[in-house]
This record gives sequence, structure tokens and C-alpha cells, in this order.
Amino acid sequence: MSPPSPPAISDLTQAFCLLFIFLLPLALAGLALINTGLSRSRSAAHSMMSTLCVIGVAAAAYFVTGFAWEGYSDLPSHTVSIFGKQWSLLAAGHFFLRGVPLNGSCDSLAALFQLMGVGLAAVIPLGAAAERWRLRACCVSTALLAGITYPLFAHWVWGGGWLKQLGASYGLGLGFLDAGGSSAIQVVGGLTALSLVWLLGPRRGKYNLEGMPAALPGHNTVLVLFGCILALVGWMGLNAAGSILLAGIPLGRIVLVAVNTLLSAGGAVLAAAAITRFRFGKPDASLSANGWICGLAASSAVCAFVPPAAALLIGLVAGALVTITVAWMEARLGLDDPAGAVSVHAIGGIWGILAVGIFPWTATALLPDSGTPAAIQSGQMLAQIVGVATLVGFVLPFTYSLNWLLNRFIPQRIPPDEERHGADLYELGAGAYPEFMTHTDEFSQW
Amino acid sequence: MKITGLLMMPAGLFIVLAAVVLLRTFLAQNLFVAAGIGVEILGLVLFTRSHLMAKRGNE
Repeated sequence: MSPPSPPAISDLTQAFCLLFIFLLPLALAGLALINTGLSRSRSAAHSMMSTLCVIGVAAAAYFVTGFAWEGYSDLPSHTVSIFGKQWSLLAAGHFFLRGVPLNGSCDSLAALFQLMGVGLAAVIPLGAAAERWRLRACCVSTALLAGITYPLFAHWVWGGGWLKQLGASYGLGLGFLDAGGSSAIQVVGGLTALSLVWLLGPRRGKYNLEGMPAALPGHNTVLVLFGCILALVGWMGLNAAGSILLAGIPLGRIVLVAVNTLLSAGGAVLAAAAITRFRFGKPDASLSANGWICGLAASSAVCAFVPPAAALLIGLVAGALVTITVAWMEARLGLDDPAGAVSVHAIGGIWGILAVGIFPWTATALLPDSGTPAAIQSGQMLAQIVGVATLVGFVLPFTYSLNWLLNRFIPQRIPPDEERHGADLYELGAGAYPEFMTHTDEFSQW
Repeated sequence: MKITGLLMMPAGLFIVLAAVVLLRTFLAQNLFVAAGIGVEILGLVLFTRSHLMAKRGNE
């Protein structure tokens, strides 16, 4: 059983696809506002500045090597033969997008989509490493992510690589499926965030001598919640464009994609608000915002395949997962992740990937003629599990090792003495809000 | 412990891939995949604990 290869698209689909891709920067803006709002005011300008730099570096790195190594559909690739089956490991395209006709073809639209998508993956770690990640180090780390890690995994999923071929080679459903990037964008970004949280350690004052975490609330909840609205629009573009370009979904099914995206985010925010209301007596705005983004992250994989009721259920589970794991990681695992990026993107993304195998599909047109739907679904679950195993077993150690190595040459953390004045003053020389009073008790806490 | 944990994650992945490539029966394939995932989780736990211990040592 081979996965449906993206068909040659009509002019109308091409135009809509371009429109959907143009919505993607809103997802970047949303995440940037969320990361900034959830960090303290002393590092607000640094957070926004880092976002701009990271988007620029990610696009440049992906332009140089990324698309050549990721490839698309029928481009040549480096393969190895394992027991008579071909495993495509790396695309063999040209650097600097040479050979890609930038004329609205599927290849060119995919390249544009990925240039934005890799920026989204690169912005995710900024939330986890907020207030303590040097600008220079985050630019180099992003270059490694966008130039090596992301294209490698994205080739396996979207570029005709071995994960996509699991169906054709080993009869596992349609091979690994991910329409909008729960795996290659969200989980890869989330696992990179986890690596950085480990390497950088917690912010000063986050944990006391007994290891108990202190609350260091973000400085602007309005920014965070407005970021959620922007992210929804951007995510609809991401999921719609990804479904057409990477999963071969026809234009008519994009309504289902949009409905599923909205329902998943809505279910997640409601679950997060209800759980925090139950636990703390009042709904928690920042955890509810985390729930919203977690629902969006989970929706990316499933948006084109499941019925709306399933999307709502997936969102509800995502919202519950994020509220539980954010607190658990902070209190039990000692992970200081100001934006909850690891829970939101890594856990939410993994849940979305698995949900493709758990819930029955509406996309019966995608099903091959051979095999019963139940048998295909069973194989599909195994393909999705193999994808998750690859993320945890390869991407996490790989991205950790790259960042560990980078840390040996370019110390990634702002010096502790400078950290207390904030990343704005140390890195940029001026704060984001120069008229604001700085409360002395904020400095004397630690 | 940190290096052991780091190496156990790809080791678990190899078990998963070996199950997909070499085994054909549903039960055996799924059992080996579950075992591979278990090894990955064990590696993740070891790796996390090593970081937690290092953090407590620094405090």
C-alpha cells in the first residue's frame, strides 16, 4: 500500500495554497507574543528580537541546505537497501534551492511552506529557554536545527523518506501520516526545547534550596491571549497548506481541516480552563493559553483525516495533558520552561501523531482498495508509533548532542550575574519598557 | 548515567525498527515494538534523572 502522492494541483488550488501559506506568519507572531508575554518584563524585548533573528536564521539555513536535504515527492535521494527494501535517508537535491522552479509548481510551494514551517519549529525553543538564552547562541542553534535536524526528519516524513514508505514497504497502513506538521514542526521544536532546558538549567530564583519551584509569572497575559488568536489563524493556514501539499488532500476538504483545527483548539482550551478551575478554584489564563496551543499542535497531524467529533475529543485530551504535564515537569522533573513549550509542542504533537492511528478516518478516499479499513488502521497505528519512536530515539539525542557540542564552543547561557538585570539590558542595552518602575523586591527575592 | 540514558534511546529505536523489518506476525511485531518503546522510555527516565541529580548537586 503506497501513500497517496501529492497530485499536480490546479491553478485555483495553487492560488489558495499560496494564500494559506501567507497566513503562516501569523502563527509565528502568535508564538512570539505568547513567549514574550509568559516571560518577565526584563527580557521582553530580547524575546521579540530573538524571534526575528531566529526566523531569519532558520529561513537562511533552510535555503542553504534544508530543502536540498529534505526534498519533495519525486526528487532523487540517498538510499540504503535493508533486506531488499529501499530506505530513503536523505534527499539529494541542490543547495540554495537551485533546480526548484519558483513558478507556483508544487515543489516551489512546498519550499515556501517549509521556509515558514522551519521558522515555526525554531521559535518553539525560545519559549522554553526564555530569559537566559544568548542571542548569538540561539542563532547558531537555530542554524543547526533548520539546516540539519529539521530537514533530516522532514525528509523521512514528507520528502518520500523511509517513514512515509512504511506502508509501501512493510504494509503499515499508508505509512507515517502527518498532514500539518505535528511531528516535523511541533515535536522536533518541542524536543529541541527540552534539550535546551536541560542544558541551560533553570532561571535563577526558580527553585529554592529544597528544590521547590517558585512562581515567576509572565508579565503580560493580554499579549499571551492575543497571541493565541493570531496563532489560530496561522495554524489554519499551516494545516490547510500542509494538507494540500504534503498529504494530497483536495481543496474541497479544507473546510474539514479548518473545522477540525478550530474544534481541537477550542476543546483543549475548555479542558485546560475546566481542570485549572477545579484545581485552583479559578481558571488559569496562562495554562488555558497553553491548552489552546497544545490543541493546535495536536490538530496538525489529524486535521485532514478525522471527523469533527474526534477533533473535539483530541482537543479535550490535549488540554488535559498540557495542564497535567506542565505542573509535573516543573515540580517533579525540575524543568524550568516559562512558556510550557515542551508540554505544549512535544507532548501535544506526539498525542496528535498517535491520534491519527487511534481515531477512524473520514478520508475513505485515501484508503487503498486492498485490505479492510480495520487492518489498515491497525497498521497505521504501528506506523505512527514508529514515527514517535524515531522522534524520541533519534531526534532527541541528536538535537541534544548538537546543542551540547555548541555549548562547548559558544556558552549558551547568559552569565548568572547579568541574568538578574534581565536579558534586555545584557544583550540589547535597553529594556522593553523604559518608563516602567522596576520593583526592588523583585531583585531581592533571590 | 547520562550517557547510558542517551544511548538507550537510539537502542530502543533500533529494536522498534528491527521488529518492523524482521518480524511478520502481528503479536511478535507488536511485542517487540512495545519492548523497544520501553527501552526508549527507560533511557529517557535515566537521562532525566541524571539531569535532576546534577541540578540538585549544584544547589
